[in-house]
Amino acid sequence: MRVPLSWLGEFVDLEPGTTPEDVHAALVRVGLEEEEIHRFDLTGPIVVGEVLSIEPEAQTNGKTINWCQVRVAPGVSTGSTTGAGSSTGAGSSTGAGSTTETVGAGDIRGIVCGAHNFVVGDKVVVTLPGAVLPGPFPIAPRKTYGHVSDGMIASARELGLGDEHDGILRLAALGIDAPVGTDAIALLGLDDSAVEINVTPDRGYAFSIRGVAREYAHATGARFRDPALAVVPAPSSVEFVVTIDDQAPIRDRIGASVFVTRAVRGVDPARPSPAWLIARLKLAGIRSISLIVDVTNYVMIELGQPIHAYDLDALAGGITVRRAGAGEKLTTLDEVTRTLNPEDLLISDGSGPIGLAGVMGGRTTEIGATTTNVLVEAANFDPVSIARTARRHKLPSEASRRFERGVDPAVAAVAAARVVQLLVELAGGVADDLGSLHDATPAAEPIFLPTGFISGLIGLDYTREEVRTSLAEIGASLEETGGGLSVTAPSWRPDLTDKWTLAEEVARIVGYDRIPSVLPVAPPGRGLTRTQALRRLVAQTLAAAGHTEVLAYPFVAEKANSLFGAAVGPGVPQMRVANPLDGEAPFLRTSILPGLLQIAHRNRSRGLTDLAIFEQGQVFRPLPGVVYGSTVVPPGAVRPSAHLEAELNAGIPPQPFSVGIVLTGNAIRQQPGRPAVAAGWQDALAAVQQVALATGMAIQVRQGAHQAMHPGRTAELFVTTDVGATSVGFAGELLPAIARGFDLPAVVAVAEIDLSVVFGRAGAEFQATPIRTMPAATQDLSLVVDTVVPAAEVLQAVVEGSGPLLEHAELVDDYRGAGILSGRKSLTFALRFRAADRTLTAAEASDAKLAGVAVAAARFGATLRE
Amino acid sequence: MSDPTEISEEAVSAAVTAALTAISAAADSAALRVVRTEHVGDASPMARLGGLMRTVPNDQKAAAGKLVGQAKGRVSQALAAREAEIGEAEARARLAAETVDVTAAASTWRPGARHPLSLLQERVADVFVGMGWEVAEGPELEGEWFNFDALNFDEDHPARAMQDTFFVDPPEAHLVLRTHTSPVQMRALLSRELPVYVVSPGRVFRTDELDATHTPVFHQIEGIAVDKGLTMAHLRGTLDHFVKAMFGPEAKVRLRPNYFPFTEPSAELDLWHPTFKDGARWIEWGGCGMVNANVLRSAGIDPEVYSGFAFGVGVERALMFRNDVKDMHDMVEGDVRFSQQYGMSV
Repeated sequence: MRVPLSWLGEFVDLEPGTTPEDVHAALVRVGLEEEEIHRFDLTGPIVVGEVLSIEPEAQTNGKTINWCQVRVAPGVSTGSTTGAGSSTGAGSSTGAGSTTETVGAGDIRGIVCGAHNFVVGDKVVVTLPGAVLPGPFPIAPRKTYGHVSDGMIASARELGLGDEHDGILRLAALGIDAPVGTDAIALLGLDDSAVEINVTPDRGYAFSIRGVAREYAHATGARFRDPALAVVPAPSSVEFVVTIDDQAPIRDRIGASVFVTRAVRGVDPARPSPAWLIARLKLAGIRSISLIVDVTNYVMIELGQPIHAYDLDALAGGITVRRAGAGEKLTTLDEVTRTLNPEDLLISDGSGPIGLAGVMGGRTTEIGATTTNVLVEAANFDPVSIARTARRHKLPSEASRRFERGVDPAVAAVAAARVVQLLVELAGGVADDLGSLHDATPAAEPIFLPTGFISGLIGLDYTREEVRTSLAEIGASLEETGGGLSVTAPSWRPDLTDKWTLAEEVARIVGYDRIPSVLPVAPPGRGLTRTQALRRLVAQTLAAAGHTEVLAYPFVAEKANSLFGAAVGPGVPQMRVANPLDGEAPFLRTSILPGLLQIAHRNRSRGLTDLAIFEQGQVFRPLPGVVYGSTVVPPGAVRPSAHLEAELNAGIPPQPFSVGIVLTGNAIRQQPGRPAVAAGWQDALAAVQQVALATGMAIQVRQGAHQAMHPGRTAELFVTTDVGATSVGFAGELLPAIARGFDLPAVVAVAEIDLSVVFGRAGAEFQATPIRTMPAATQDLSLVVDTVVPAAEVLQAVVEGSGPLLEHAELVDDYRGAGILSGRKSLTFALRFRAADRTLTAAEASDAKLAGVAVAAARFGATLRE
Repeated sequence: MSDPTEISEEAVSAAVTAALTAISAAADSAALRVVRTEHVGDASPMARLGGLMRTVPNDQKAAAGKLVGQAKGRVSQALAAREAEIGEAEARARLAAETVDVTAAASTWRPGARHPLSLLQERVADVFVGMGWEVAEGPELEGEWFNFDALNFDEDHPARAMQDTFFVDPPEAHLVLRTHTSPVQMRALLSRELPVYVVSPGRVFRTDELDATHTPVFHQIEGIAVDKGLTMAHLRGTLDHFVKAMFGPEAKVRLRPNYFPFTEPSAELDLWHPTFKDGARWIEWGGCGMVNANVLRSAGIDPEVYSGFAFGVGVERALMFRNDVKDMHDMVEGDVRFSQQYGMSV
């Protein structure tokens, strides 16, 4: 909502010198948030001039320009060198006088003008050297077409007053005949400015100068004069027939509760809108169209009541307000023919639909260039009906915006009378006896406000007087009842529905700054849950180990989701966004990896080639065959039954936490004395072990397969529990072709772990092993096995066979080549033996080792390397 | 040097002098080893003098033995001293030779980093956990009832249309990407015993195109407390404590009237701090208010018995004014340089 200050000042006292910034600061205190400040952004000297002569001069470029002599200051002696500034308005006292040294200075200026829509004797707006027009466009004497143009004759658009640029602005077109030299800035209302405020959805009444003036009075204590009391609607003696026939109310609310009509006859269609009106509308963000339309818009801005004006002569009989029939059509003012929905509320006459109620009028009864008889409509339509129609037809309008938020039902008759008044005053019309008044507004329900309720809710002891005064100030009527007040909200505040809404009014009128600060003591909490703590630890550990956390959007393409969502198969169930921003990626991720791979590509394209990145977050994993969501949405303000609540919850697809890791380029860059180390599958497995360390859960590894992964360099990750091995993800290198598909180099190491599975099993109590302190015996063991036998399984066999004396075993070498048969490999393990109670002999350790060898030999045909 | 043929003071003195001269002349441990062989070895004059003891008459044995013993002692003492001296010098030289350029250390690891949006959320959570609150979480893809209806957003209210919402197919399944973390508050009220004091950090979604100040995916932290006797003064007290814990003792909170469907009364939360970019000023940071009675009713809580307050702040916005991040693109594009500026703390 944009509020011109001059307009605001009509209804509330503004201290002299009040700036737009002051008004913003005041309004923000009562809850109207500041947005921008709008001005015409021009400075003088800009004056009224009279065209004394016009000499057309044909130019070589085919154009004809006019070399004009224009009087810009009063006086009869042509050629006088008196400075124009002395006689112009106060607003333009600078500039003109200072141009006396420039060529042509004086009260008659030579000006080159390209327009042809004016004649000798016309009064025009002259921007003199020193003036600045919106742009900014500074005016200076300018050599052009063989003359020095000592100023410019302005068009309405150049002044910021409208879109008209077919020619210059002739003051006669605005019905103005002001003396030569008059300050045109003040004359045209261009010295005004407007504050723009953001109106919250509950404050429909603030979509009017009336409402904002009232709020300004609340904020500053200034006196408020209600414009709704300034006009008294006269009864109409001839009934214009209006029928409200709503056969299908939406949510039990009749589409129109108030419908007022008034006729005005004999309007002069040639009358221009006065400049002040155009300027105010312009500042309010509305383009001037014609006097009649401008007046309806003016009253809407002033009182908040949307007005529709019909060409009375184009109406076929009376008006019926009804719902649209199926398939019914209407051509609206924007010349779009719309197929109507049975929920749309229509204005119709004998000819059929003539308007979408409260949203947009129809073409057939539109105010035109020849309209002389006007029917004014001021109605109150159901907010829900209007909101739905505006949304359905994508037609948000000044009118629908107001109806959606609620219009004061008591102001309709006043607004209609105000339109009539202005059409009589400005357009030469005559108020007609024809009209109608339908008002089915239900009486407001009083709200019981118990004594002390507001103080108890806000935590500040308001006096009885503060409560009463604040509520009276916003327009509520009060009545003492047992134990409190009976409060009836004013007609313009449909948002005041209960004692809590009244509490906000008192709190804001007295001031939120008065609310004290008291820290409540919460009951003892249990800290982060184990899962929350583990998630942090996973992220901290991966970051400490050299991975950088990134946050990708969860929107991906179906193909990428299918590729990574399952190890094999054509696809996985996935959720599709119905209204995606990016049509290429409308699906919710089933895996962290596609987003990470995209980010890896973005980094590489910026020259960052060595990457180790990770993300931890929710993925969306609908189960196959399950239909998610719920067909019913229960109402608010009441707790759903346990059954319904369970149903709502069952309708939400699983969204487990997952962590993804991507590495590419070098894991360690080249440095003095060290060659670079390329990142590969082993780095992905290292990251997995970092996650395992963080969660305290052993994540085990075995040779795996995945459709997106290198067939020989993929590990399946699993955890072992009482119920056996459960797969938790995979790690390794991408298929080079897949990597290329993401515009990445051939070697990209990735890992993804379903954390919800890991977390679900982490943290079980374990039995600590006593620490043995007797001396250890260490031995190496080299076993030869077929190359296809996994080292981890050989190690496992050795561990099982060696028995309890074996304290630790690890793989230290994998040798293939000379001395070892082709197809075989030599695995060397470092073994550490220790007894709990004695120093082991070498023989004891060797016996244990050989027992391990025996098991490996039995399982894998392992032989001791000679 | 001629071989001594008898034990005489001259002979002993000559052997000692020769040995001491050679010892002090030895420049390094190798030279010293040669000196040791030559002057105290089996073939050395000193050894020979020892061997001549056999020829000394019995009555002179004691004196000769003392003479030779003292000589041997002097020599071996000198030898040990010189040995230590040389050892020390050689150790020093060895270490000096091992000098490296510590500014050019090759690293066996690469630096990683957390994303500052994650870290900020954790910090806020920690402040509240320190006050006894708990952290609540919920699904990102949420039922419409939890996201809107339960929170007093009427299906036809303009506030609902203003939250530009992502729906998933089919729209009649009423599943949305949550537009705020408030549904988590509703879940907390439904699932926990009263009183409830929880914060819910998390990712939220609106259909705004990415530009310098908007992103369709962003983060919020909301808090809700429902108890007997909670007032708007408690809300202010909580926010005061929160911003001071987050931004230091000079931070201040201002409440301005505003409208939200889920709170009544409602307020805009402004934050003041002297050291933010562009100087001390008020910054609009979030919304708050007393939990709307209808929200309590949606959770089956009687608003005549219980009251509550709630608040919500934007995490991206905090990063913008606190760390002077100017462009939202930096937060969402995943450029590793952005996270790496922060390292492991924010």
